[in-house]
Amino acid sequence: MDQGSEILSRNINKTKNNEVSLNAFNFLFSEMIQYSQQRVSGTVQELEKKLSDFGYRVGIRVVELLNWREKNGKREIKILQNLYFIHTNVWKMLFGKQADSLEKHTEKEDEYMISDNEPIITKFISVPKDYHSLACGAFLAGIVEAILDGAQLPAKVEAFANPQEGFPTKTTIVINFDQSVIDREKLFQ
Amino acid sequence: MTISSLMIINKAGGLIYQKGFSSTPSKLDSNEYLVLAGTFHGVHTISTRIAPVPSSGIEVIEASTFKLHCFQTQTGTKFIMTTDPEQTRVELYLKKVYEIYSDYVMKNPFYTPEMPIRCELFDVNVLRYIKSINESS
Repeated sequence: MDQGSEILSRNINKTKNNEVSLNAFNFLFSEMIQYSQQRVSGTVQELEKKLSDFGYRVGIRVVELLNWREKNGKREIKILQNLYFIHTNVWKMLFGKQADSLEKHTEKEDEYMISDNEPIITKFISVPKDYHSLACGAFLAGIVEAILDGAQLPAKVEAFANPQEGFPTKTTIVINFDQSVIDREKLFQ
Repeated sequence: MTISSLMIINKAGGLIYQKGFSSTPSKLDSNEYLVLAGTFHGVHTISTRIAPVPSSGIEVIEASTFKLHCFQTQTGTKFIMTTDPEQTRVELYLKKVYEIYSDYVMKNPFYTPEMPIRCELFDVNVLRYIKSINESS
């Protein structure tokens, strides 16, 4: 058996020794950002959109794989269960730890937030001052958006850099669900 | 025992990072540091050429009031620390700074290789590391 087909014949439920070097990933991610930078006309929003698109491609695969692996193919239909699934299972699989918080906006009923104090994908990235509002966590936002889309919960997902004392790379992902999702959620109650 | 300053010189002899850690302000301006870095780079190169047996060049310069340590990486980047004469294990500290450099500078998509280093996280981490050494001794 040659090397190429080995990865395809591996058992998809096996998660042991599936880890990837963080250094290798960070070099790759760094190149992805530079690649995107060369292909946008310069605005931060465009760059974030590109990164988010990359994340989306990861997310649609994650939602399939994880539902199969950890839920025996059963899919959650409620907002909270899905968000909790992202906060816990998805983060654990992708980054080896849970996200640090999952919050609901106190006033807006369609807004939720997931925060990571130290996302490993942006661990080594210092955003220069002329890009001050850029959140490289847009990649994470893309992943979350794809997972919610896959669960039939369309939402607008954005990432914000939210530096805190002791956590300079803290990132918050803000999720705004479609009105249709909120309306449907009410029917469950 | 203290580390008083850190310099990083790229493979062409240009100064890409300079930071002082002692409380007394340095007497040199940025242009003078550039000249100093270029001169050291030249002397370092000469030292490798005149060596009778293959050598990696100057590693330590000792003076009565300070010591200068130089660590050159495989790619030709030089890390230089000035310390007081009693400071030990500087090679180790330089390697650790190299490690911080590889993490927070080389993995940063906004850094252009061989250009001056302006990375916030690198500054923060180097400063924290040097402080921990200076305080422990």
